[in-house]
Amino acid sequence: MKEFVHFALKNTKFKIGLVILLFFIILAIIGPYISHYKDPLEYVSMSNLPPSRENWLGTTTFGQDVFTQFVYGLRSTFFIGLFGGGLATIIGLLIGFIAGYKGGLLDDLLMMLTNILIVIPTLALLIIIAAYLPYRGIGIQSVIIGLTAWPWTARAVRAQTLSLRSREFVNLAKITALRPLKIVLEEIAPNMMSYVVMVFILQFAGAILAAVGLDFIGLGPTRGISLGLMMQYSVLWNAIQLGMWWWFVPPGLAITMIVSSLYFLNIGLDEIFNPRLREE
Amino acid sequence: MTNLIQIERLRIYYKTLHGDAKALDDVTFTINDKEILGIAGESGCGKSTLGNSLILLKPPMKYVSGEVKINGEKLPIDNNTEMRRYRYKKISLIPQYAMDALNPTRKIGGIIRDLVGQHKIKYEEIEKRLHERLNMVKLSKDVLNMYPFELSGGMKQRLVLVISTLLNPDLLIADEVTSALDVSSQKAVSLMFKEFRDREIVNSIIFITHDIAVLYQIADRIVIMYAGKVAEIGPTEEIIANPLHPYTKALIKSLPNAGIRHTKEKLEGIPGHPPNLINPPAGCRFRDRCPFADENCLEEPPLKEINKGRLVACWKVKDL
Amino acid sequence: MIKAKNLTKVFNSGFLFSKNTITAVDEVNFEIGKGEILALVGESGSGKSTIGKMMLKLLKPSGGQILLEDKDIFSISNNKEFYSKVQGIFQDPYSSFNPIFKVNRIFKLVRQSFKKEVPASEWNDRVENVLKKVGLNAGDVLNKYIHQLSGGQLQRLLIARALLMDVEVLVADEITSMLDASTRVDVLEALLSLKEIGAAIMFITHDLSQAYYISDKIVVLYRGSVVEMGSIEKVFSNPRHPYTQMLLDSIPQLDRKWETDRIDIEDSDKKQAIWKEGLCKYIDRCPIADTSCFKPTLKLVEEDHYVACVKL
Repeated sequence: MKEFVHFALKNTKFKIGLVILLFFIILAIIGPYISHYKDPLEYVSMSNLPPSRENWLGTTTFGQDVFTQFVYGLRSTFFIGLFGGGLATIIGLLIGFIAGYKGGLLDDLLMMLTNILIVIPTLALLIIIAAYLPYRGIGIQSVIIGLTAWPWTARAVRAQTLSLRSREFVNLAKITALRPLKIVLEEIAPNMMSYVVMVFILQFAGAILAAVGLDFIGLGPTRGISLGLMMQYSVLWNAIQLGMWWWFVPPGLAITMIVSSLYFLNIGLDEIFNPRLREE
Repeated sequence: MTNLIQIERLRIYYKTLHGDAKALDDVTFTINDKEILGIAGESGCGKSTLGNSLILLKPPMKYVSGEVKINGEKLPIDNNTEMRRYRYKKISLIPQYAMDALNPTRKIGGIIRDLVGQHKIKYEEIEKRLHERLNMVKLSKDVLNMYPFELSGGMKQRLVLVISTLLNPDLLIADEVTSALDVSSQKAVSLMFKEFRDREIVNSIIFITHDIAVLYQIADRIVIMYAGKVAEIGPTEEIIANPLHPYTKALIKSLPNAGIRHTKEKLEGIPGHPPNLINPPAGCRFRDRCPFADENCLEEPPLKEINKGRLVACWKVKDL
Repeated sequence: MIKAKNLTKVFNSGFLFSKNTITAVDEVNFEIGKGEILALVGESGSGKSTIGKMMLKLLKPSGGQILLEDKDIFSISNNKEFYSKVQGIFQDPYSSFNPIFKVNRIFKLVRQSFKKEVPASEWNDRVENVLKKVGLNAGDVLNKYIHQLSGGQLQRLLIARALLMDVEVLVADEITSMLDASTRVDVLEALLSLKEIGAAIMFITHDLSQAYYISDKIVVLYRGSVVEMGSIEKVFSNPRHPYTQMLLDSIPQLDRKWETDRIDIEDSDKKQAIWKEGLCKYIDRCPIADTSCFKPTLKLVEEDHYVACVKL
């Protein structure tokens, strides 16, 4: 643990990623409290106003406060990242681990399922599912993203499990008559922790992007607001042509920076956990 | 006997998180023409570092000081670009685990073609020689059309021997080439190395291994290394029959290679373990584990020639 | 006393259309008595590790039995009972320990699984004692992580663990192969302390010199079959099977040089592999084989010495 902290503090990529991510997380948490307005969809002012002291990021075509939308949108985005990414990670972990640990026919079957799902283009699948849903909220959106994003995780976890399973300390645990569950939890799982963390971070980023993709083409949540929806509305209502940069730049920039920071964090963690990748 | 390679006071350190590991610390010896020189020692003694430094010095290894001469002229081991003139043509290395490093997705013939192409040689020019060499190591030509995974360990190692000596280098450095082989393959492969030298395909061979018994079979002279320093050098027969350095003595006494059973004679290991190379102790590095050590050993013993061709680094050797 | 009777293991690989069968262990018989060390010797692919794993119930045999005091070990459903009597040590000391824990955890787990009733202070004494028996100082090793200890120390810790459990059978699978020569002897000596408490030890190795040093009997395996077995003195002084002779001939000794007239190369001039089902497996490499070499059975050639070769 001490070694981890030591390397974490030295790794630039990790630090940059963490700082940017924390900035947006803090903004998402305190933003709604410091904003002048409580409802992102409320008509509060004249439309198309540029940023001012009243409206920190100006207003939309409908007179809504962009800053309020922005901070609530951040919350939605993080929610989807957490739950969509989390669901994908959990499913991928379970399937990958069972396939790798049990082997045999079960492994073959699970991998067949995984490979089929990998081949199907995720976005197309999401579009079809989303289009059929009568009602869409960010919860449902997280679920469908989670249900389609796990295959890649499953394969990666399976590979890790296979390599750990053949380590002699697992055999030693078996001949110490430890129960299988105890072996999984105490011998194998802790050695996969670093890997699982990195996988989750990537799923988090992936879920955000998938959500933005859906939002942008109009298959986003039917109520509420998210960064993707902001982008959709702004483009739909010609914000670009009208020069209303305060409407589309903040969400776009935020999405880009959040996802980038997650990737930075991931590369940094890889270097921290993997001594061979460190530049000395 | 002329000297092919002269190594003088060579120091090569490894950069690590906690400081520099003095992997090779002031090492001096020569490699003669037409000889098989065995370098023996246990893990961490520096033998692999030595082998690698003579051909490719890359981080985390760093050149600190010392000189290496080949046929009288300076070998620019600290300059990677200049070393290109020597690599593969004059000096060739078979690194540890070489046989596992063959590209699994290429057929062997393709791998060789790529390799000689890198050194600006057309495959057709050496094809005939390649076939002859394969024959010498009892590999059929069909091997060129196979993938590496189709070959066994012994076959791969013989193949690696052929590939690394295709351009008849002056010096072949073989790093633990028999350690991962079955005992029957080990004998066949070791003898083939000897034959390559006998037939003058290579001039001299540095045979790096931890297995002294193999060196007894094929090496002319042996260098014993310990913790980055040379402990003893001498002709093979003499080192085995009459080891002088306490480390060599203890090492040979710990080997069950003389047909003994525990009921008749007990072998003894060497208590303790090699010193930390980042902060090695002052004086003789074997001091902590040596049964003969005393206060004199707090000062490092020089490598002295006590007889023609026989060198030992130990204060006690005059007395013994 | 542990016995193997017609022990067989067949591996099937491939799925549906590409099935591949490998007979890794082919009707192997041997027995190890109390306080005996049996060397199981063979090259890669001989099946020795597979046998070791089956002895430890890490693999199920395809045929035959392993009997511990005349009871089939696969019929012992109580794992704790079995493993309190039968233990193993593996080849790679650094892989045998979970890297995130300190090494004393292996002793804690033994206590949890097998010796819960022993009071704490007595347990600590016992641990110190077994560590002393294998030449280790408790204070030096117990609180360390694996990267702070040497391979030899780690292997001796595992032997201490077996001593602690008072095992009846120990399977040592190539336990010295990854160690430096000067520490191998310490590990072999530690193994002898297990022999002293009456354990039956299976010493799996490819190193014949070590086998000769420490064992009482030997089983020589070639591609899953026993080619020669018996008392170690008899087999080493009078090897009858061509494979055993070749193996002994290939050991690099310190008191004689290799004979260079016969060099066995696995794939040499014989272009076509002759071996078919029903023939002796060594037929492709054997210098005295001919077409009459059908699959041999083990025959007694002198007291305590069996060979499987039709030519004798």
